[in-house]
Amino acid sequence: MSTIEEQAQPHGPAARDAVIAAHDLTRRYGEGETAVDALRGVSLSVGKGELVAVMGPSGSGKSTLMHILAGLDTPTSGTVEIAATEITTLSDGELTRLRREHIGFVFQFFNLLPMLTAEENVVLPLSIAGEKPDTAWLDELLDRTGIARRRSHRPSELSGGEQQRVAIARALVTKPTILFADEPTGNLDSKTGGEILDLIRSSVDTYGQTIVMVTHEARAAVIADRIFFIADGLIVKELAGASTEDVLTEMSTLSS
Amino acid sequence: MTTVALKGLLGRKLRAILTAVAIVLGVAMISGTYVLTDTIKAAFSTVFTTVYAKTDAVITGKSALGNTPNTNNGLPPSFPESLLAKVQRLPGVAAATGGISDLAHLVGRDGKVISGHGAPALAFSVHPRGDQRFNPLTLVSGTWPVGGRQVAIDAHTASKEGYKVGETIGVIARGPVTRYTIAGIVKIGGVSSLGGATMAIFDFSTAQRIFHKEGLLDGIDIAAKPGVKPAQLVREITPILPPTAQVRTAQAQAAQATKDTNGFLSIINDFLLAFAGVALFVGTFVIANTLSITIAQRTRELATLRTLGATRRQVLLSVLLEALVIGVLAAIAGLFLGLGLAKGLNALFVHFGIDLPQAGTVFATRTIVVALAVGIVVTLLAALRPAIRATRVAPISAVREGAILPTSRFARFSVAAALLTIGAALALMLIGLFVGGISTTDRLLALGIGAAAVFVGVAMLAKTLVPPLARWLGWPAARFAGASGSLARSNAARNPQRTASTASALMIGLALVTLVAVLASGLKTTFENAVNSVFKGDYALTATDNFSPIAVSSANALKKLPGVTVVSGVRAGEGKAFGSRIGVTGVSGDIAKVITVEWQDGSQATPGELGRNGSFVSKDYAKKHHLSVGSPIAVETPAGATMSLVVKGVFAPPKGGSPYGDVTISTARFDSAYQNPQNVYAFVDIAGGVTPANTAKLNAALKAFPDAKIATASEFKKNQEQGIDTLLNLLYVLLSLSIVISLFGIVNTLVLTVFERTRELGMLRAVGMTRRQVRSMIRHESILTALIGAALGIPVGIVLALMVGKAIKYPAFSIPVGTLVVFIVAAIIAGIVAAIFPARRAGRLNVLEALQYE
Ligand SMILES: Nc1ncnc2c1ncn2[C@@H]1O[C@H](COP(=O)(O)OP(=O)(O)OP(=O)(O)O)[C@@H](O)[C@H]1O
Ligand SMILES: [Mg+2]
Repeated sequence: MSTIEEQAQPHGPAARDAVIAAHDLTRRYGEGETAVDALRGVSLSVGKGELVAVMGPSGSGKSTLMHILAGLDTPTSGTVEIAATEITTLSDGELTRLRREHIGFVFQFFNLLPMLTAEENVVLPLSIAGEKPDTAWLDELLDRTGIARRRSHRPSELSGGEQQRVAIARALVTKPTILFADEPTGNLDSKTGGEILDLIRSSVDTYGQTIVMVTHEARAAVIADRIFFIADGLIVKELAGASTEDVLTEMSTLSS
Repeated sequence: MTTVALKGLLGRKLRAILTAVAIVLGVAMISGTYVLTDTIKAAFSTVFTTVYAKTDAVITGKSALGNTPNTNNGLPPSFPESLLAKVQRLPGVAAATGGISDLAHLVGRDGKVISGHGAPALAFSVHPRGDQRFNPLTLVSGTWPVGGRQVAIDAHTASKEGYKVGETIGVIARGPVTRYTIAGIVKIGGVSSLGGATMAIFDFSTAQRIFHKEGLLDGIDIAAKPGVKPAQLVREITPILPPTAQVRTAQAQAAQATKDTNGFLSIINDFLLAFAGVALFVGTFVIANTLSITIAQRTRELATLRTLGATRRQVLLSVLLEALVIGVLAAIAGLFLGLGLAKGLNALFVHFGIDLPQAGTVFATRTIVVALAVGIVVTLLAALRPAIRATRVAPISAVREGAILPTSRFARFSVAAALLTIGAALALMLIGLFVGGISTTDRLLALGIGAAAVFVGVAMLAKTLVPPLARWLGWPAARFAGASGSLARSNAARNPQRTASTASALMIGLALVTLVAVLASGLKTTFENAVNSVFKGDYALTATDNFSPIAVSSANALKKLPGVTVVSGVRAGEGKAFGSRIGVTGVSGDIAKVITVEWQDGSQATPGELGRNGSFVSKDYAKKHHLSVGSPIAVETPAGATMSLVVKGVFAPPKGGSPYGDVTISTARFDSAYQNPQNVYAFVDIAGGVTPANTAKLNAALKAFPDAKIATASEFKKNQEQGIDTLLNLLYVLLSLSIVISLFGIVNTLVLTVFERTRELGMLRAVGMTRRQVRSMIRHESILTALIGAALGIPVGIVLALMVGKAIKYPAFSIPVGTLVVFIVAAIIAGIVAAIFPARRAGRLNVLEALQYE
């Protein structure tokens, strides 16, 4: 047990210029006998330009952790700092401003607005903030994500992979400090999923984008610089530069 | 964010249109009302200006009782003809002509009075060979009538009834119908009719003779000498006027006439606007509900916007912007629909006997401003609550499956809040109804706001009432319509808030219809009771239109018939006593044989013992002015004379209406004090009582009096109730607009529900439900919603009727069970109609697509 706790402490070079630092996060759903402890004391930190994956069996608390790190949910106890700001006590308005400046989201079910074109969906975060998109940056982004030729199509006219590319472009358009992705390939076939993972990796390599990605697929996790393994609401292991075998081995020990 | 709101709206066109319908109809009612009344006002004003175009001053008869005379036949007293010569001799007068104006019915080819749809049957005199500059009439064809056998009639009647110059037509002036040759066909002030009024025009001396006005005049038109101002002319004339005449400049006279008609039109205007208000109030429910459902369905989208950095304020504004666009478009559509509706409203009034003149359509700026402003503001107000709810969508809903809109923080207190609202609303209404010393406007305001708040309160409570109501009212569906029935029953209770809001819109319309029906039923019952206790004769003699006074000669014609033992009429006119206007009636002793009332003081013999100065008064009037037997009363007549009377009896009229006025004198006294005395009704006793033979005999005797008719006691009751029924039907038609709006609310909810349950419907079809069953399920849900509306509305209506009835000391309270059953059946039919479109959509869903739908 003690080794696990030790491994869960933030450490290494990443800790120094951390853009996310979480301490002792717990999250309890419901009350009394039916209460569920989705998180039972999680601490971690993510450095700038790092791609971090969170892995674990279903119901282990991955999504819960991500929601709390991204300020969508508040922990029962513990703290989260994003870009050196403690976020668990922020008001709705302050959180909104934080989201505009620092956070991008990629969802499993894309969450594109059906009445807007691909391009309009991409620039939506900017229009919401009342900013004008930088045309050069937008063109490059659409080019890189491979949707330049689809820019005026509506979501219903796009394939699942294309929709997720639009969602990624939308998350990157504001150049957020951190991009959160919950099962970005969970709703795609393996070929398309592979292309999306390449795109995610390349955004880290090209733009130094910091990314936290939740997944339960080994092939998705291996593109990460570091992988946190979660079981029963606790981080049980952390691997850096892991291979597919390492991940599969770790997963099978967790689920056994 | 603006783009998101606007594009979202475009993407939900059907929903937007269904939402807009409520506003379109309400605004159309407002703009239609204004267009209609403005158009009529303009028409009248043109007529009056044209009529007095070449006249500088006008002398008319003046009722001693005040300026707008409302005497028994609506005419001011006449003045002596000698005034004309005196006026002509005045230095400022260039020319002056005297004329007669009265009332005379035209009789059609079928021997019946030509109906002016409630408008008066006017009669004028002309001077065929005299100065025509004052003549407001213009000949369309033929010549002016000359001598005692000729008449001219208005162009409207001529074309409607197909009369041409040279034919003969019957006219009733005083006494029996007389036939005249049509010498000419005329227009007045450039229009063919004044709001459906018929016109009979005679030469001057004929008019004096047939209206028994020899040596009298009703009006003098005067032109001033060049350089003499109308006001100066009036100053010159005033000193020589008798007390029963007045002089005004032509301009003032036209303005006065316009003011009189405008007063009447303002009432119609306010009346119609009140219904527009009700329609819009119902509209707010429909809009609020539709937007709430749309927002609930957009939870995920709104949450995504929040994760992308949208603030609560932006979400709020985007929903309000959507509403604003709907409001603007709907208000514009309603504004123009109102132009068409104005014609419809006019047709409606004509149908219910109120014919109004029309000229070119008037589309005033005020109409545009008010209609647009009201439409937009109402839409925004209705959107406020859904918009605030939308801001409570948490960003995390973007990632959570099956996320639902959070309930209000106050949801826990909803029942208490609803009861509190209802309590406060009732209190406000009670203040409006019972507390003294409040102005009528404040009273109506308190009542209106109170009633609106009652509806809001009941709508708030409805959420709690829906599940049990759905269970009870849905029982037959579940029992007899199989799976579709039971599914419909559970679907109705699945989202109580939604069903409650939808049903509440219908509740308002039904409650108001019930209120009206209950009050009318009470009124009829008491009236019938009153007639039963009062009416002791065999037959009643009344005007064909049931309310106009009738010439005494028709009663006299019956007196001569063999077997007729009593014909006793009740004369009616106005008087002034103790400083206010009262109804004065005149009776003779034999009235006691045909009318029975209870006597507080005196007896059935009292009417026969009045003599010259005797009178009897009603109980309430006696109490108000501390009168008892022996008290003196001074009653002023319209002609300016004062009758010094003594109270000889006090009678207690039945609750449903009195056969006599406040003060009753003898027929002999009445006939000497009032010009042109007429009966409101007369009663007849005949040997053998009511028999077909007697009825035929009396009718035959009335052949020469087409303006009068005979009725048995039960016919009399029915005839007198026609007025109530007409008003009742008019109110039903006007209230049906708000019911139609609430039906669109049901359509809306069902369409949105079908959309939301696409996957579920696909599943049901996949496991073997037929199209028919799907349609039947939607239909039953719709009927159930309508029935819940009825279950809420009818009791609310009855309670409101009880309160209003109590306040106006309503004589009786009776629940028209038959009518209420009709309302419930109508609600069921409405439910079926509302379900047609949504059920079709649900039935047409493609199973495969429905299952894949996300
Ligand atoms: N809103 C909620 N209310 C109650 N319990 C919840 C809620 N959300 C999650 N849980 C519970 O918390 C635990 C962790 O859930 P979480 O969604 O974080 O798991 P996960 O690791 O993302 O699983 P998956 O791989 O299936 O997405 C689970 O036991 C889940 O049942
Ligand atoms: Mg998850």
